[in-house]
Amino acid sequence: MIKLTINKKPYQVEVDPDTPLLWVLRDALGLVGTKYGCGVAQCGACVVHLNGEAVRSCVTKVSRAAGQKVVTIEGLAAKADHPVQKAWLELDVAQCGYCQSGQIMAAAVLLKENKNPTDADIDAAMAGNICRCGTYLRIREAIHLAAEMQRKGSNG
Amino acid sequence: MSRRTFLKTSALAGGGLMISFTWLSAFSPAEAKSDPALPGNWVEINGYIKITPDGTIKILNPNPEFGQNVMTSLPMIIAEELDADWQRVVVEMGPHDSVKLGPQFTGGSNSVRMYWKPLREAGAAARQMLREAAAQTWGVPLEEVTTTSGVLYHVKSGKSGAYGSFASKASGIPLPKEVKLKEAKDFKVVGSSKKNVEGRKIVTGGPLFGLDYQQPGMLIAMIEHPPAFGMKLKSFDASEALRMPGITDVFTQKLYENGFEQGGFDTRTFNDLLVVVGKTTWEVMQARKKLKALWEPAGDTKDTMGGRGQKREVIVPGELESTDAQLRKMQEYAAKPAQQLRKDGDPETAFKNAAQVIERTYNAPFLAHNCMEPMNFFAHVTEEKALLVGPLQAPGWTEPTLAKILNLPPDKIEIRMTRMGGGFGRRAYGHYLTEAALISRKVKAPVKLVYTREDDMTYGIYRPMYTATYRAALDKDKKLVAFHVKGGGIPEHPIHANRFPAGAVDNYLAEGWQIPSNITIGAFRAPRSNFNAAAEQSFLDELAEAMGKDPIDLRLELLKRAKENPVGKNNEYDADRYAGILKLVQEKSGWNKAENKKYSRGVAAYFCHNSYAAHVVDMVMKDGQPYVERVFSAIDCGIVINPDAATNMVQGAVVDGIGNAFYGGLTHKNGAAEQTNFHNYRIIRMHEAPKKVEVHFVQNDIDPTGLGEPPFPPVFGAVANALYKSVGKRFYQQPFSPQLNNSSIL
Repeated sequence: MIKLTINKKPYQVEVDPDTPLLWVLRDALGLVGTKYGCGVAQCGACVVHLNGEAVRSCVTKVSRAAGQKVVTIEGLAAKADHPVQKAWLELDVAQCGYCQSGQIMAAAVLLKENKNPTDADIDAAMAGNICRCGTYLRIREAIHLAAEMQRKGSNG
Repeated sequence: MSRRTFLKTSALAGGGLMISFTWLSAFSPAEAKSDPALPGNWVEINGYIKITPDGTIKILNPNPEFGQNVMTSLPMIIAEELDADWQRVVVEMGPHDSVKLGPQFTGGSNSVRMYWKPLREAGAAARQMLREAAAQTWGVPLEEVTTTSGVLYHVKSGKSGAYGSFASKASGIPLPKEVKLKEAKDFKVVGSSKKNVEGRKIVTGGPLFGLDYQQPGMLIAMIEHPPAFGMKLKSFDASEALRMPGITDVFTQKLYENGFEQGGFDTRTFNDLLVVVGKTTWEVMQARKKLKALWEPAGDTKDTMGGRGQKREVIVPGELESTDAQLRKMQEYAAKPAQQLRKDGDPETAFKNAAQVIERTYNAPFLAHNCMEPMNFFAHVTEEKALLVGPLQAPGWTEPTLAKILNLPPDKIEIRMTRMGGGFGRRAYGHYLTEAALISRKVKAPVKLVYTREDDMTYGIYRPMYTATYRAALDKDKKLVAFHVKGGGIPEHPIHANRFPAGAVDNYLAEGWQIPSNITIGAFRAPRSNFNAAAEQSFLDELAEAMGKDPIDLRLELLKRAKENPVGKNNEYDADRYAGILKLVQEKSGWNKAENKKYSRGVAAYFCHNSYAAHVVDMVMKDGQPYVERVFSAIDCGIVINPDAATNMVQGAVVDGIGNAFYGGLTHKNGAAEQTNFHNYRIIRMHEAPKKVEVHFVQNDIDPTGLGEPPFPPVFGAVANALYKSVGKRFYQQPFSPQLNNSSIL
């Protein structure tokens, strides 16, 4: 039995401790916002926060998350009002939308660590997240917008 | 109103109005003929608008959504003619129903094009009935009842009322025999940007996609494919796999029985499936590693192709193909006589008498679609019925196959379409849905079939491998007197014989040849065009240089000729619209301005899927590598429904084009794909995407044509032409990036 805290809620799961967190979230807990894209930490669709850090849940064993704080896209903000989510909606970033939860989770960590990222900062921080529809320009713009919202403290 | 459109009204339970509509295909016969991707017999399509007493307007989106924004843009068309308040519109994904809803499909850049007129008529009819309901209630003439954004008005008497309060009465009013559609200048919703109706679900991780679908008791299935094209299963030992936790079953399953008549979209990679079924995705992934399977060369095999009443046997060669051998074979075929596709004038004599002949050969590899959401489908099949849920571009093409294979009538097969995590043509081939159905029937349980990324990439239905040789004959005054294109591919040639510059050159010859293969291919964003535009547009750039002309001027001169004195018949393009995008991109990019000299600039333009697109690509050096810093795009796709979303799609097509031009490619060694996941199949990433893609749409009142595909093909040519300016070398083989480091995947 592995105890997990996901989006501030306690869970207990009976799985092989080597199971990637991704599949525990999706298959065992029904938290399907975290996506499977490659399974080998190459595309970023599965990014979640582990104690505030962005990790690839497809290569993170569930045992590593035991007793730690996990946040998924479903728990990023109570009312979808995280500046990143708001900026994503404001600029209508998504096309197919499949990679966007990973993009959003990666961007949220970037903005926590860097309140005013440059294009180069964004390019470096987001290089691990593939968007096959090619929405990169809007992701970049949305991160700048979210940074601005965050600086202005507009969170409502 | 079109005589081929039918509307029907009914009252909603609990009050309100529902308008159902039915119409026949809006496609021109010419289009259906020129594109084999389109099904032959379009029947009818239904949809509905529901207006409830509280004023909510529920609109059914009939077409599958894969990122092209139809969930938003198609309802916008109805809302426009209905004069609805967009804030009150709720969109619902329609079910698949081959009887009532007709052939719903996403592909060929046709979604908006085919729905444009019927959706307008439905919206306009509903508005007229609401006006009549108000006119009767108020006792005023119909002509005096106006609408604004979901509210009915009678100005003279000062009366007004919301749509909702007249919806029930409207449901009893006979359908208007004729409705007047708005003039484009009066559009309020169409042409104004609306946010993605599923945006909130996307940013909160709501379940939207096929892979997200779950049901109690659902099992997970995966297929262990042969290690290479041309191989088949000899024997297997599943004893160890079956002992793995969570595993419930391992078995073989034939997809199509011998002699099954495959339609054009029944393409599948392998027919004999080794299936592993278990409780969770991870457990099945682990058990697959414990399978002991022996594979052997399949030798030549036979497929039975049906469809369009023409049953025929096709031999699929058994060779274990490798990219280097494929290239050699292509060179051999290129030297042989080929099928003549079009000939104008006397090209042989013109080339013989030419003062100068320019000849260049272009190559491009197989491309994997690499949709971010790998192929998957949920199936629950019993003796009596089948439920299927997942991502699919064309349920109407797979349903007949399912009905035959499951031996169920179509009305016992329910296909629910989820939002797709990308499509790019890949999900027009529904074999994975049929696979899921057969597996569910066998294990007598609800099952979700999941392809891993490796499965998805290495057992694809790829963009074919192409080559084309272009020749141009110049006379002593450097005038273009003859043009020749000879293209081939594995296993189909790329040539569109009636496209530009056909029609603009007196002596013209187009030829094609193809080499059969066991590597499966299919539609990939702008099929064939995505290669032609790269090759032809690079060649025109080189030709302009040889002729001492500006590349845009050369194209405009040729288009002027095609307009004023066209050569030959059946020229597919409109020379004015083609020239229009070139002039627009010339202006918007400041093509001749001194301040832009610091960029290595490349231009290309192309016509496909009824629309026109031109790009100017501005390249700089970044970290020692050529980098596309900004792009100017000019698009003529007729009326644009949702400009911001359309701009997004063009920007995405530009990024996709840059990515595939630089990095895209799949190679084979002894039948096995050499790229297996994103570590060795390079996809464009954030730092490689431009800083700016400025998109300009030609403003006109032409009914919408297509947008998903047209902006994609010319990106390749524009990138190649900018690269020449940047590094002083012409690039003839895609992808370009390896050659920058003196290597090549081809």
